[in-house]
Amino acid sequence: MTAVDLRVAQRPNAPMTTYRYDEYDAAFVSERVAEFREQVNRRLSGALTEEEFRPFRLMNGLYLQLHAYMLRVAIPYGTLTARQMRRLADIADKWDKGYGHFTTRQNLQYNWPKLVDTPDILESLADVEMHAIQTSGNCIRNVTADHFAGVAPDEIEDPRPTAEFLRQWSSLHSEFSFLPRKFKIAVTGAEHDRAAILVHDIGLRIVKNDEGEIGYQVVVGGGLGRSPFIGKVVGEFVPREDLLAFLEAILRVYNRFGRRDNKYKARVKILVHEKGIDEIRAAVEAEFAAMDRTVFAHDAEEFERIAAFFAPPPYDSLPATSALLRAAKLETPAFANFVDVNVGAHKIPGYAIVTVSLKPIGAVPGDASSDQMRVLADASERFGFGELRVSHEQNIILPHVKQDDLFALWRMLDAAGLATANAGLVSDIISCPGLDYCSLATARSIPIAQAISKRFSDMSRQRRIGKLGVKISGCINACGHHHVGAIGILGLEKKGQESYQITLGGDPTFSASIGEILGPGVTAEQVPDVVEHLVDYYLAEREEGEAFIDTWRRIGHARFKDVLRREGEDGADI
Amino acid sequence: MALISDGRFIEDAWRRLADEEALPKTGKFIVSLPRLEHAVEVLGPTATFGVIVPNTTEPSALIAALPRLDLISITFPAFADGRGFSLARLLRRAEFKGELRASGRLVADQYPHAIGCGFDTIEIPDDLADRQDEEQWRAALSAYSMSYQRGYAGRGSILEARRKAVRS
Repeated sequence: MTAVDLRVAQRPNAPMTTYRYDEYDAAFVSERVAEFREQVNRRLSGALTEEEFRPFRLMNGLYLQLHAYMLRVAIPYGTLTARQMRRLADIADKWDKGYGHFTTRQNLQYNWPKLVDTPDILESLADVEMHAIQTSGNCIRNVTADHFAGVAPDEIEDPRPTAEFLRQWSSLHSEFSFLPRKFKIAVTGAEHDRAAILVHDIGLRIVKNDEGEIGYQVVVGGGLGRSPFIGKVVGEFVPREDLLAFLEAILRVYNRFGRRDNKYKARVKILVHEKGIDEIRAAVEAEFAAMDRTVFAHDAEEFERIAAFFAPPPYDSLPATSALLRAAKLETPAFANFVDVNVGAHKIPGYAIVTVSLKPIGAVPGDASSDQMRVLADASERFGFGELRVSHEQNIILPHVKQDDLFALWRMLDAAGLATANAGLVSDIISCPGLDYCSLATARSIPIAQAISKRFSDMSRQRRIGKLGVKISGCINACGHHHVGAIGILGLEKKGQESYQITLGGDPTFSASIGEILGPGVTAEQVPDVVEHLVDYYLAEREEGEAFIDTWRRIGHARFKDVLRREGEDGADI
Repeated sequence: MALISDGRFIEDAWRRLADEEALPKTGKFIVSLPRLEHAVEVLGPTATFGVIVPNTTEPSALIAALPRLDLISITFPAFADGRGFSLARLLRRAEFKGELRASGRLVADQYPHAIGCGFDTIEIPDDLADRQDEEQWRAALSAYSMSYQRGYAGRGSILEARRKAVRS
C-alpha cells in the first residue's frame, strides 16, 4: 500500500479533515511504544539508573509528580477526532480516575497512572494514532497551532499542515533530542494570534509577500517562566521550501551555544537576550548558508502530501444567517447568552465555531470527566464532522457547526454541564495544576481560580465586564501564563506562607506585552478581593468598546496601583 | 573502558596517549587537542593517529588537521549534553572520513542518535558497560526501522521512502 492509497481512506462516520498516519507513522509510533516498554523494564531491572531513565521517560511524556506519575499526551496542533476523544475517555476510566486535564499547550494530562501501566496506555493511544512523544524533556516539544485553524475568517493559511510537517521532522531527531532545555514551537496562519507565538521559543507566522508567495515570519526567543521575553524576528520571510533548513540552523546554533551551566538560563530566550538578536541572526544565517540544502530539496512535495489531509469537510451551501438560530435566541435567553459569548464567526456562510468551556463556575480549569469527553465526541459527530480542537485556553472547540444546529447542540452540552457561557470572560481562567498536583509548585493555583470564578458567579456581571484574561501560575515557571494575563496571578511561597503576586497588562497576541507587578503579594483569601477591585475600577473608568487591557494601557499602571492602595487604606485589608 | 561498534563490544585498537608520553613511532594512538598541532608537524604521512576533543571545540580548529586524522573522539561530559551530536554533524559536513567516536557515559538508548549524527563508535566506562550489556546496545540499534529526518546517517528516511512509493 502506498501513501497515496491512504488519502482516500475514510474514517467511519466522519470525513477526513485532519492528518492520518500512513504505514511509516504507524510503525514509528509502535516502535516508540516498544522501546519505552523495554526502557521501563530496564529501569526496573536496574540496567538504567533513575537519572539515566529520566530523559527517556520525559520524552515519552511521563513525569514523576507530587503524589504519582503524570502522563502528558500530545494533541498535535490541538486537533482531535471523535474516535480519539473517546479513547482518551476510555484511558481515563481504565488507568486513571475517570478524568483528564487539558493543558495550555494542547496536551492532555492524566494525573494518576502507574509506571508499569504506561506502556499499555501508550499502546492504546498508538491504536488511535496518538502518542505522548516529546511532551516533556529537553527536546522539541509538541507543536501547537491556532485552535481556530482552517475555519477562522481572518486566516491566510491553515497552520496545521505546517505543524504536522514539524511534528514529523522533530520526532526523535538524532541531533536535537538533548538540547540545553525544552524547545516549544507554535504556528499561526491568521491575522490575529490565538496561539501566543511571541512567547514561544520559536513562533511561526504564515505570511504572504508582495509576490503573493506564502512564507514564514520566524520569531525566536520568546518565553515565559522566571524570565519572560517577547520573541524577536530572526527571519522576516522564510520561503516554505527553506523552513526545515532554517529551523535546523536555529536549533544547531542553540544546541551548540545555549547555556548548560544553569538550567534557569538554558532556554533559547536567554541566549538571544545575552548575545542580542543581531548576533543570533548572523549565526543562524551563516549556518543556513553553510548547510547542504540538497537534502531539503523535496520538502515542498512532502508538505503538499501532508496538506492534502487537511481538506475542508463537505459543507452545505447555506445562507449567511440562520432564521432558526434567531428564533431560538429570542425564545431562550440562556442560549442567546451562550451564542453571544461562546460562538464565533466561521469562514463558511451558515456555520459557526463553538467554544465549549471547561471552566464551569467553581470547577478545576481544563478538567473534563470521561463522560464529558464522550459527550463532546458524540456532539462533534452529530454536529461537526467528528472533529474537535483543544485550545491553549484549556477549552474544547467544535470547529464546524451549522448555525441551524446550535440550539440542539447547546441543549446537549447543557445536559452534560458543558454549556457555561464564559469563553474569554473573567471566569475563563487559565490555571496550572499548582501545588495540588505539581512537584515544582510553590503555591496552590486551582483553588484560587475556583475562588475568583465563584466571586464572579453572576454571569450577567461577567458579560458586562467583557473580555478579560485571568491567568494563574503556582510558581515562577509560569505554566499558567500569568505574565501574559491582563490580570496575572503568581503564587509564591514566603516564609512558609502562600503569597500571590498580581500583575496587570499582559497580552499573549501580536500586541504582546509582559504584565507589570501591582504591588506587594497578597494572601490566597485576598486574591478575589483584589481582582474584584481592579475590575470595578476598570468598569468605572472604561470608555466605549474598551476591554480591560485597553483601559489599562490608556490610563496607565500607576492609576490601578493607586486605587488599590486607597482601597487598602479604606479598611479593605489589601 | 568498553568500545561499541556495529552493536558489538570490541577490542580497542587505539591507545590514548598521556600528555607527558612521547609520540610513538608506530601503532594507532590518540593525542589531546593541545598536542594536535605538534603531532601533525612532526609525524610522517604514514602515521596513524587521532585526537580527543571537548564537545565545545570549534570545527575550524580541526579543519587543517582533518586530512591527517584517522580518528576524532568527542567527549560527552554528561550523557544528556547533546553538543557532541552537533559537533559530529559539522565534522562530517567538513568531510571528515575517519572514525568518529563518542566518549563518555552515553546510554544505549542514545545509540541511534549517535549513529544518525555520524558517529561510528561509542566508548563508555566499564561500570556502565556492566549494566548495559551488548544485547542492549544491539537492541537500540534496531529499535527504529526508519527516521523522519533527511540527511542523517544510519536508518533510512521515511520522507524518502514516501517519495519513492508515490513515484512507483
